[in-house]
Amino acid sequence: MTTKKYETYYVPAQSHWPIVGAVALFMIAFGAGNYVSDLAKGESGLGGYLLLAGIALVIYMMFGWFKNVIDESMSGKYSPQLDASFRQGMTWFIFSEVMFFAAFFGALFYVRMFSVPWLDGAGNNVMTGEVLWPDFTATWPLIKTPDGTVTQGMGWYGLPLINTILLMTSSITAHFAHIALEQDRRPQLKAWLGVTILLGVAFLGFQVLEYSHGYSEEMKLYLTSGIYGNTFYMLTGFHGMHVTLGTVMLIVMFLRILKGHFSPKSHFAFQAASWYWHFVDVVWVMLFVFVYIL
Amino acid sequence: MTTDVLNDHDSHEGEHHDDHKMTGIKRWLYTTNHKDIGSMYLWFSFIMFLVGGALAMVIRAELFQPGLQIVEPDFFNQLTTVHGLIMVFGAIMPAFVGFANWMLPMMIGAPDMALPRLNNWSFWILPFAFAILIGSFFMESGAPNFGWTFYAPLSTTYSNGSTAFFVFAVHIMGISSIMGAINIVVTIMNMRAPGMTYMKMPLFVWTFFITAYLLIAVMPILAGVVTMLLTDTYFGTSFFDAAGGGDPVLFQHIFWFFGHPEVYIMILPAFGIVSTIIPAFSRKKLFGYSSMVYATSSIAFLSFIVWAHHMFTTGMPLFGELFFMYCTMLIAVPTGVKVFNWMATMWRGSMTFETPMLFSIAFVILFTIGGFSGLMLALTPVDFQYHDTYFVVAHFHYVLVTGSLFSIFAGAYYWLPKWTGHMYDETLGKVHFWCSLISVNLLFFPMHFLGLAGMPRRIPDYALQFADFNKWVSIGGFAFGLSQLIFLAVVIKCIRGGEKASAKPWEGAEGLEWTVASPAPYHTFTTPPKID
Ligand code: HEM
Ligand SMILES: [Cu+2]
Repeated sequence: MTTKKYETYYVPAQSHWPIVGAVALFMIAFGAGNYVSDLAKGESGLGGYLLLAGIALVIYMMFGWFKNVIDESMSGKYSPQLDASFRQGMTWFIFSEVMFFAAFFGALFYVRMFSVPWLDGAGNNVMTGEVLWPDFTATWPLIKTPDGTVTQGMGWYGLPLINTILLMTSSITAHFAHIALEQDRRPQLKAWLGVTILLGVAFLGFQVLEYSHGYSEEMKLYLTSGIYGNTFYMLTGFHGMHVTLGTVMLIVMFLRILKGHFSPKSHFAFQAASWYWHFVDVVWVMLFVFVYIL
Repeated sequence: MTTDVLNDHDSHEGEHHDDHKMTGIKRWLYTTNHKDIGSMYLWFSFIMFLVGGALAMVIRAELFQPGLQIVEPDFFNQLTTVHGLIMVFGAIMPAFVGFANWMLPMMIGAPDMALPRLNNWSFWILPFAFAILIGSFFMESGAPNFGWTFYAPLSTTYSNGSTAFFVFAVHIMGISSIMGAINIVVTIMNMRAPGMTYMKMPLFVWTFFITAYLLIAVMPILAGVVTMLLTDTYFGTSFFDAAGGGDPVLFQHIFWFFGHPEVYIMILPAFGIVSTIIPAFSRKKLFGYSSMVYATSSIAFLSFIVWAHHMFTTGMPLFGELFFMYCTMLIAVPTGVKVFNWMATMWRGSMTFETPMLFSIAFVILFTIGGFSGLMLALTPVDFQYHDTYFVVAHFHYVLVTGSLFSIFAGAYYWLPKWTGHMYDETLGKVHFWCSLISVNLLFFPMHFLGLAGMPRRIPDYALQFADFNKWVSIGGFAFGLSQLIFLAVVIKCIRGGEKASAKPWEGAEGLEWTVASPAPYHTFTTPPKID
């Protein structure tokens, strides 16, 4: 009966949401371009407002688009095949996110293994060290850059360790929530999902706290503190943005569950959100190992 | 399976479809139809091709004679930069996505792409992204002037102020590409008609499948590197600044880790198109189908471990120089397999030489020339001499213009009857081919010698001894540019009328797309065909 499966692929109706999304992305890109350029010139223009309007429009678009999809899904228009398309689409989207982080991890590994030691004369670069910055010594964390900016390394114990535990736990609770959904035990589902969300929020809170330590007078660990500060804030910052997005997704799932959505068999959106959450968790473990511990 | 059966399927479309064609502009803005979206991609790409070509005309006009005549050096840099960016991201890539949209669902017997709304979004981002990029010519800062490779510190410390717009334009282009690629992968994995196993897919489908994976893997790397560029330029980071512990060479590593797979993103689909057309006009099956699949996959894999062949002169450690040299030369093996298979397909075929076939044969020969110059560039010590000269310019224009672009022409002529329902004007098509062929070689072949003699790329002026060759190159350039207007005429003529095309106008053609009427009905394969 394989053919049966193929007979009802749902080709959706025309929709105005994609073009709204394209306009929104344009506003974001053009607004951000103006905003940043003006910033550099010390002027202030309308770029920032355009950027914010663009973001608002994207959010509006997501609401509308997803509502559309949810309505269609609830009215039974979707086939298992379409469900598979969604799942595969989400998987590859997450893969692309992994590659985005790979670029920053690649930069981190490169500076640690190559460029920082080279600046101190490693390999065949003795003269580089001698001629450019004779006083420079290669260390990691790079607490003193060649041009003399001083900073401090962030330890792995304390907040980062707590955050690791929080996020690892949340991955497990997310999994429990999923099992509960599959077994149609709604109260447990709500409880586990609620706990997951709280853990995510707590993680973000601690992250803010950690940043405020970094930016304090005693640590002087800024985004601009040379390559250590750069990689530290860019990696943890992008990760934090992804946690935020993941938390929002989970909250939306929570609201939908309260409204009675999802069944043990059909819950793609929930699955996608939980995959995303696991992905965010794995990235954090990598961060914890390579940014904090090693 | 006969044509009648399929037309019958098409006639009772609609029951399961909410998808009724709207009229006017709304049809194009809101569409979820893969054929509409494919057409928009193709038109967009053609317009970008003409815009990018116009910039190239100004470049060649300036280089017609030594000395500075027409443009200022800084503006010249803007021209080369935007020309490169438009051709890569605006002309070649969207053209292939256009082919993917039009042909993939029909070739695998699917009703549409797997995620049709996402598909629409992917397309409509592009015009906006290029509006920003091209619009930057009219901004205070001017357009990007740091080359399509936007090396730091040219694009950071020494930026003319266009970096921010450039970065955000690239970001949204990247979003468009990633979503487009995800759509292609999912369509192929999930929407094939029952019975179409992976090894029964047309090679065209295979090449787009693998290309889409490359895109999903490397476009995010591009997003990452432009993000670092942005923070380096405007927010005080020093990823690419040694004073803060970073390294400008790091930029090149990350960029080329994206960039080399990117060049294969622009050639693998071309392989797919040519592998469809050559068997059709040789009236033989493609020689070595499975070896083609494996060759494509290994090229894709190898493309991830050769990036630093663009960086031989940056002072990498010796091990790096050797590793990247050998890996690069290794790519010649699967590429050779492909060229061999195309020749073997033609061998003793009963060939005819309609325009698609002419472009395909030219592709095989001229792309191979580009591959050979690539091999020369792959030799580290030799590249020390050739790097950043016109030899490199000759190399990549042979693979991209007589390679990718010629395959796009070939594919367009081949499928125009299916798209429009009319035969194109064969005479005009042949005129287009011969004009293009002659002028393109006049344009790019002498560049090899200019490069060997030491003429640097991306410079608006040159030493007197290069004057003769540059004159001929420019003449070739203008002729090539003008020849493309013939193509525009052919396409418009074909859309507006001409001899009616039958469902399968090419005797030797194979594939599901020829089992539906010409022009292809708005919806095809709403119920899948059975493949045996
Ligand atoms: C036969 C396989 C190929 C080999 C061995 C090869 C090798 C090379 C090498 C070594 C360079 C660097 C030259 C230099 O900057 O000194 C280069 C540049 C380039 N190649 Fe290839 N190549 C091959 C095929 C291709 C293909 C198929 C494409 C695209 C369709 C392509 C596009 C380019 C481009 C765009 C550049 C110049 C980038 C720039 O600096 O602006 N190549 N190639
Ligand atoms: Cu390359």
